[in-house]
Amino acid sequence: MAYIQCEDLILGYEGTPVAEHISFSVAQGDYLCIVGENGAGKSTLMKSLLGLTPLMGGRIVYGDGLEAHAIGYLPQQTFVQKDFPASVWEIVLSGTLSQCGWRPFFQKAQKQLAEKNMRRMDIWELRKECYRNLSGGQQQRVLLARALCASSKLLVLDEPVTGLDPRVTMEFYQLIQVLNQEGLTIIMVSHDIHAAVKYASHILHVEKEKSFIGTTQEYRKSDFWKELGGEDA
Amino acid sequence: MKESMGIVETLQFYLTYPFVRYALIVGTLIALCAALLGVTLVLKRFSYIGDGLSHVAFGALAVATLLDLGTTSVIVMPVTVLAAILILRTGQNPRIHGDAAIAMLSVGSLAVGYLVMNLFSTSANISGDVCSTLFGSTSILTLTKAEVWLCVVMSVIVVVVFIFLYNRIFAVTFDENFARATGLKAGLYNNFIAVITAIIIVLAMNLVGSLLISALVIFPALSAMRVIQNFKGVIIYAAILSVCCALAGIVLSILFSTPVGATIVVANIVVFFINCLIGKIVR
Repeated sequence: MAYIQCEDLILGYEGTPVAEHISFSVAQGDYLCIVGENGAGKSTLMKSLLGLTPLMGGRIVYGDGLEAHAIGYLPQQTFVQKDFPASVWEIVLSGTLSQCGWRPFFQKAQKQLAEKNMRRMDIWELRKECYRNLSGGQQQRVLLARALCASSKLLVLDEPVTGLDPRVTMEFYQLIQVLNQEGLTIIMVSHDIHAAVKYASHILHVEKEKSFIGTTQEYRKSDFWKELGGEDA
Repeated sequence: MKESMGIVETLQFYLTYPFVRYALIVGTLIALCAALLGVTLVLKRFSYIGDGLSHVAFGALAVATLLDLGTTSVIVMPVTVLAAILILRTGQNPRIHGDAAIAMLSVGSLAVGYLVMNLFSTSANISGDVCSTLFGSTSILTLTKAEVWLCVVMSVIVVVVFIFLYNRIFAVTFDENFARATGLKAGLYNNFIAVITAIIIVLAMNLVGSLLISALVIFPALSAMRVIQNFKGVIIYAAILSVCCALAGIVLSILFSTPVGATIVVANIVVFFINCLIGKIVR
């Protein structure tokens, strides 16, 4: 049984399907990159996985001990956050909220979890800093620590390197690789096809008629990769 | 008599009147609630809800006055709460131009309210009534004991509920999608924020009148955000600023016979610029 099993999904916006017949599964330890053109339905697929948008067709089954909302999510930055007065500590701690159940306040266990993940992301020293004053790379690590608080099993990242400079981008990919090696399952929506084939174990290339799903080796031999001008492996 | 006394004596003299004490209690509580919610509203870009609702409340009040019900809150409160939920829904619907729909609703109720007041008013001084409802010129000084108790009970409920839901409100304010993805019922909390906003606005109509309510919601939050760098700090500081401005505004308006609502708002404006300066210097 896989963490996530998607069967014959139909993706679309406001009632118009843009991609159909998408079936794939994500097992523990996988590093799946979802690529495809703008408007192909990448973001819709990701939001469906997170339970944010209802599916137009097909079904998603969560299994292997993964519950539907126990997913760590690294969203794209919203314009609200750009000038949001919140400390790093407040943001990371908010990731543990789903473990509070009906209790209104954070307990010691949640605070310890937040501290652990902040140390893991090397942002413990920044805990009193204001989020809006951090650099782009630091902000991503804060949101990553928050996502790790929400799930120790699966991370979903939505174009995480947008707006980061090349050096920080590389560091970020290496950080995700380390997390993956530590046992975390990764699903990343990405524009960066070269980084995708470099780091991911599986690729899902969403396209209107027929989408590709397979391992990165298989993808490198496929027509999808050749059309993009990629070198044959 | 007033001229012959110092400011302190004059204040002590006025404080012996119950209506002045009522005004100070109610003003403090409303300012406190408005500031608590204001931070979330400003950060979620929901300030327009407060503005739209205040106009709806004005229309509802006019109709309630016409129907001659004992306490106007019986009609005004539910109507405004309903409008709050409606406005929130349209604001989130991508197919409707949210801002235009809200403008329609709010300006529409303003016009209907004014029309109703003119057509059916039994009072000899219509423009005085309208002015009082819009700018709250004297209503805070004519509160009955029942109105004060209503305000106290509602404010305590708002503050207690806010404290208990504080962590969830933060999560929904900072990142609604993340909160949803981790299983938080963000829609529920949004509705809840809208309902509380409606309650505060109806209460605040007594204090500053319906046109000036937005100022009470927005100014303390913006002032606090200039200086403080974390969410809890911003909320606490905004609450303190708001209460101080309300108290100062009420006292000054009594001492210098200025309109209460406008005086409170001017106090808030002054505080805002002071905080802008502090923010510039500190950073």
